[in-house]
Amino acid sequence: MPTSTIKLNTTAEDHHIARMAAVALGLTVLENAIPSPLPGVKPGLANIATLIVLARYGWRAAAWVSLLRVVAGSLLFGSFLAPGFFLSLSGAVLSLLVLAFAQHLPARWFGPVSHSIYAAFAHIAGQMLVVYLWLIPHAGIAYLIPVFAIAALVFGTVNGLIAARFMDKNNRLSPQIHAD
Amino acid sequence: MNSYESVHAAILPHIKLGDWLTILLGGIFVALLALKLWSGDIADKAVIRSGGKIFREVPLSPDQQIEVPGPIGVSVISIQNRKARITSDPSPRQYCVRQGWLQQAGEIALCLPNQVSVELTGSTKKYDSLNY
Repeated sequence: MPTSTIKLNTTAEDHHIARMAAVALGLTVLENAIPSPLPGVKPGLANIATLIVLARYGWRAAAWVSLLRVVAGSLLFGSFLAPGFFLSLSGAVLSLLVLAFAQHLPARWFGPVSHSIYAAFAHIAGQMLVVYLWLIPHAGIAYLIPVFAIAALVFGTVNGLIAARFMDKNNRLSPQIHAD
Repeated sequence: MNSYESVHAAILPHIKLGDWLTILLGGIFVALLALKLWSGDIADKAVIRSGGKIFREVPLSPDQQIEVPGPIGVSVISIQNRKARITSDPSPRQYCVRQGWLQQAGEIALCLPNQVSVELTGSTKKYDSLNY
């Protein structure tokens, strides 16, 4: 077997990030196969990966995973630099900003479910900003905001629950990701 | 353990007290958004156009009558009880007069031959456009 001439020095953290970004990408592809009743309403399954990374490896790694997922996902679907890409990006960036604050909530009372809900609301806020400022500068889109907000609350709660359940050490379903 | 209990065991231990608070706040936030953004249909202003240009913008109270000159004559617009209508118009088919009272934001009456229109506006529009 020929050996590669390019040798990258990677750290254990790089490996965690790459692995979780790959998981997030897989969830993105899976999610795109699910038909949506309304364009723009998506469960955001990839955010489960972001939440787990946030809890295990901190905000910096979560930001890497989230942004890698947005860029690589857009390359997979051929939407890089298209409007859909900027919608994903603005949602992801605003979610990460909110998570930077939400992660400091006392862990005794606030878990991944809270993080997930705040991030989901930030996500639609970022998207609606781009839609309003760039794509559809019409006040009529305000009419859709409650629909997206309800979706954010429901899917945010569900994704947070999945992430929390996944990380539960007492749960026999919980695989230990960081065993390498 | 039946399935109902197992669902509870799967969900409840993962929602902490603060998470319940977050869900509650989120629910209130969504309800307020829906109330604020979905009840803005009541019109508060009538925009009167003549020849494509805004002739006047009038509030829906007090009651009044406005005469708008157009290429083939004068259209009369009435404002009454927070509603508006075109009372008389020189156009041959009288579509805009027969449309009657306009009440909700986004409703519009057009008198094409005389190039006069009345559109009600509110905080949000109910329709982007209407087809007849």
